[in-house]
Amino acid sequence: MPPPVLDVRALSVQFETNDGPLRVLRDVSLQVARGETVGLAGESGSGKTTLGYTILQALAPTARITGGAILFEGRDLLGVGEDELRRLRGRRIAMVYQDPRSALNPTMRVGAQIAEVLEIHERAPARAARRRAQELLELVNIADPASVARHYPHELSGGMQQRAVIAMALAGGPSLLILDEPTTGLDVTTQARILELVADLKRRVGAAILYISHDLAVIAQVADRVGVLYAGELVEVAPTADLFAQPIHPYTRGLLDALPHLDGVRGLAPIEGRFPRLTDLPPGCVFAPRCDFVAPACTVATPALETVALERRARCVRWPTVLATPRRSTSEAIERAAVTSDVPLLAFEHVSKHFGGAGAVARWLGVGAPPVRAVDDVSFDVRADEVFALVGESGCGKTTLGRLAVRLLRPTAGRVRFAAPKPTDAQIVFQHPDSSLNPMKRIGPSLARPLVLRGLRRRERGRRVRELLESVRLDPDYGARWPAALSGGEKQRVAIARALAMAPQFVVLDEPVSALDVSTQASIIRLLAELRRTLSASYLMISHDLSLVRHVAARVGVMYLGRLVEIGAVDEVFRAPSHPYTRALLSAVPRPDPAVPGRPIRLEGNVPSAQHPPTGCRFHTRCPQKIGRVCEEAEPPWARASATHWIACHIPIAELSRSSEDARP
Amino acid sequence: MARYALRRLASIALILVLVSAIVFVAIHVLPGNAATLILGEYATPEALRTLEREMGLDRPLLVQYASWVGSVVTGDWGVSLAMKQPVATVVGYRLRNSAFLALAALIVVVVVGIPLGTLAALRRGRPLDLAIVTATYVGISIPEFVTGLLLLLVLAGPSLGWFPTSGYVELASGVTAWARHLVLPAMTLTIALLAHVVRQTRSGLADVLTAPYIRTARLKGASPRRIVLRHALRNALLPTITVLALDLGYLMGGIVVVEEVFAYPGMGRLIIYAVQNRDVPLLQMCALVVASVYVLANFAADLAYAWLDPRIRYS
Amino acid sequence: MTSLPPALGVGGAILALVLALSFAAPWIAPFPTTEQHMLERLKPPGARFLLGTDQYGRDLLSRTLFGGRPALGLGLGAVALGLVLGVPIGLTAGYVGGRLDDLVMRVVDAMLAFPSLLLALLIITALGASTGHALLAIGVANGPGVARIVRSATLALREAEFVLAARARGERHLYVMFGEIFPNVLPPVIVEGTLRIGFAILAGASLSFLGLGVQPPAADWGLMIREARQYVFLSPWPLLVPGTALAFTIVAFNLFGDGLRDRLGAT
Repeated sequence: MPPPVLDVRALSVQFETNDGPLRVLRDVSLQVARGETVGLAGESGSGKTTLGYTILQALAPTARITGGAILFEGRDLLGVGEDELRRLRGRRIAMVYQDPRSALNPTMRVGAQIAEVLEIHERAPARAARRRAQELLELVNIADPASVARHYPHELSGGMQQRAVIAMALAGGPSLLILDEPTTGLDVTTQARILELVADLKRRVGAAILYISHDLAVIAQVADRVGVLYAGELVEVAPTADLFAQPIHPYTRGLLDALPHLDGVRGLAPIEGRFPRLTDLPPGCVFAPRCDFVAPACTVATPALETVALERRARCVRWPTVLATPRRSTSEAIERAAVTSDVPLLAFEHVSKHFGGAGAVARWLGVGAPPVRAVDDVSFDVRADEVFALVGESGCGKTTLGRLAVRLLRPTAGRVRFAAPKPTDAQIVFQHPDSSLNPMKRIGPSLARPLVLRGLRRRERGRRVRELLESVRLDPDYGARWPAALSGGEKQRVAIARALAMAPQFVVLDEPVSALDVSTQASIIRLLAELRRTLSASYLMISHDLSLVRHVAARVGVMYLGRLVEIGAVDEVFRAPSHPYTRALLSAVPRPDPAVPGRPIRLEGNVPSAQHPPTGCRFHTRCPQKIGRVCEEAEPPWARASATHWIACHIPIAELSRSSEDARP
Repeated sequence: MARYALRRLASIALILVLVSAIVFVAIHVLPGNAATLILGEYATPEALRTLEREMGLDRPLLVQYASWVGSVVTGDWGVSLAMKQPVATVVGYRLRNSAFLALAALIVVVVVGIPLGTLAALRRGRPLDLAIVTATYVGISIPEFVTGLLLLLVLAGPSLGWFPTSGYVELASGVTAWARHLVLPAMTLTIALLAHVVRQTRSGLADVLTAPYIRTARLKGASPRRIVLRHALRNALLPTITVLALDLGYLMGGIVVVEEVFAYPGMGRLIIYAVQNRDVPLLQMCALVVASVYVLANFAADLAYAWLDPRIRYS
Repeated sequence: MTSLPPALGVGGAILALVLALSFAAPWIAPFPTTEQHMLERLKPPGARFLLGTDQYGRDLLSRTLFGGRPALGLGLGAVALGLVLGVPIGLTAGYVGGRLDDLVMRVVDAMLAFPSLLLALLIITALGASTGHALLAIGVANGPGVARIVRSATLALREAEFVLAARARGERHLYVMFGEIFPNVLPPVIVEGTLRIGFAILAGASLSFLGLGVQPPAADWGLMIREARQYVFLSPWPLLVPGTALAFTIVAFNLFGDGLRDRLGAT
């Protein structure tokens, strides 16, 4: 049995900070064998990225390795000199990162950056290196590699940039490939293609792959074995199928239970509590403060990573009990509010929003740039007391619509009608908790401000602020704190409370949980559902996460390049018949279930520019079901699939039902 | 790229117009006016009014401005009140002299300053860097007139006497003599400017070195030498160009003081002379010329930047 | 406990010293600044005149102690004026955007096209040479730079989510500008202001050196150096004493400003 390509043994890493040492990784042991893909799963702050960088010895100067060894092909990397490390980097061990745009040198052509690996390690002459670079671009399924090689990074789409980075990583013929969140930040359809590429490379190249990600669904599709990191410790290691079918560690169970499934039924069970501070770790098991199975023995000493079954290890002294306890078959479903009312609360009537664009004179002279048509002729309404979701990938216009709804933007054409008495009866909650709150104001004054606008007196305001904090499950003493002292989830709760302080009838939720960890997402979503019921408000929920939408929304609208392509009750939209784009979107969502392999429908090409949208149906340049010239020339009409379900496509509904039969929920 | 250049050109043109307006407005907020200067304090009101009419000073401000701009553009730069010579001739001569000084200082600064700043950024935190940083602190904090006088004291004083204390000699009269008169003022200018450029190059390069793509290069196995030469410097060159253009501004400010200290007959001294004598035609043109040089230098820097940065060139 | 950057500490210490000495000048200066001792002209440091005398036999120590006052006053006053002018303009231009922003920034760019000393000189020409006019001139010359920085910060914050939330609440524009955006613009403005004080003092000293700032017979470092120029070969002290004081003060302000920037940027 050959030794594993990568053998991390009891690795411990800490960072020196002003507040003391931050013990980022503690006693982590992991192996990756040749041809094997090991997934490393963990939320933010788990230390997974640090592990990746530690292997390559590319940590910040404040980091110190306080114990353990990293054996690569039998040799301990920690004892190796700088020259030898440089020979290994890029050649035997290569890394692919999260943000391809910043990973590439903006002033160097893509081909040259890939060729550089060969110039460094093989002293290849320029021409040979360039040729090889093109071959590599072909290997990563880039059409027209010669042309792409001559481009600069900023001229390529996110997906193509990431492929180029992967090509660069493969250039040296590495035995170990480390991928750190390679698809985060990419659209789900682009992500599907990258994952397809990774699977393809697995077969062809046979390298050992360490795939680091927070997205368990992606790991389920890609990895052979999985390690789960929590707050710097490896808490469970198992073959993928076993881990997902029968998780042992309570954290793994919690994580899997928190993931929303595309069926709209399973998942979204919250994990209570917060991440521990790495400078202030609890005694004993690091997960104990949040664990449902905690016992006195857990807080005495850190449990060891014991072998629990064949090839399965878990760091939990209570594992027999955990294993014996059945998992929740379905979590308490979130009440979505059935579509009861017909009264529109907020209506978009042929709304368009165009940005920028040169003045008339410039355009006449031929030097002006056309405007960005973010939203084009969109009409739909949100009824009273319902949750309406808008889904689509980046650039589809959903965020713009959200801002139009709360009057942060004025439509270029069309009207936004709002049936509530005051315009401020529509409020908005944003995506990024870090910028949702004014960093120079304490929580209390931030929450009191809307109350001032509503005319409440000082004492009443104080009381109401406390009530608001309670309604979002925060202690009243949070009022005196500064935003910087709060976690992401807590900040988002405050942002929600602030929106609610205006007693709105309509709230736009713009990706309210995408910047939060999975374990926090579930509790925030449930909180939002509960609050909506109490207020009898309507939500316009904007999200790219289709599984989440299935759980929460009553009706859904699907957008592509500024246009609405499908609209209907949530169950109708998520099942056949579907617009071809919806179908591709649904097929691209990775399922957190290794037994169900993904079969994403491939969408060729890139999303066209919103400044030059295609004529006729905007999707025709990429549509796998394009029928012919009519798609290029005429705008698709709205076809009725049911009383509440409409699809904008030239293909007749009957055909769409037939072809969508294999689109699974 | 061409579109970018055209847009910048339009912008520059507008700025130059505004610059001329600012020059005009700043000076014509004067309590007195040119006529009072010429005739003196005891002139009779009638004499004043006659002269004003002759000089066109009784017309509305906007008309005077337009007329001035018109004459500038057609090449008629007026006559200096105090020197009684055509402004164009005087300015031409002085500008040339200042250009020698500026060029001398710039050459040294580029040849010495940029490598020094690079070195400091590469050896960040180490003794060499700390020494350089300390020296630059002092360099930017000591006023040019103090440095100049100190140099004068040491190198042109009775003890050493290597250089003359002031004045200027034409190139035609001999290169050595000409150069000797340039050295001290050039040195003074260089010291101040060097400090600025070293600091800015250092921080620009230090910023680049923390960029993610530098990390990528390291992880590809690139040697430190390759990282610096092929990745870092090229990207650090961009802000360096901006730095140099900015420094032209410091240079022109410093030149005024330095020329005064060494009685060097350049634009700076001319401006002081014009200010002291309230010589409006002269001052107006000097200010316009100096500001225009700066604006054009920045324009050239913008173009160079755009040409080097593919994000702008190919957008 | 986060550590104090050394720049902040050292700079702050020197500043405190300079400010204290300048403040206490009337009590600790051994001689009045205008008192002449014609028999003791251009003397090096000695028992009676601790730092020597100038060309009129005036005590250099006393003159230097008092000389900090106009220098500091000019520097601080000019920067204060620059902030008063630049902050509202930058804030408004950045927030309102559109045509107003374009217009204002063009004018700001045009003013920045002048080396700041030149701009100050133009203003002095118009108004005449005096300490007050020098303060005004340097202050006005500082305004555009400050406006530019405030505008960039405002532009960045204008699309911040908490600002958008405020607008969605129906807050009035004035509140959004001053209640939400301004408190976040304040830290970089403070840093910028502190850094500019050093350069303002330098500019003020330069103007006085050129005879266009503080006028004789006042005691001012720049002016003292101007007067020392003719006699520099006879005695270096009238140059060295105020020159050193000036250099130290400017270095201190620069150090302090840099330290402040590190400190505030780190949070």
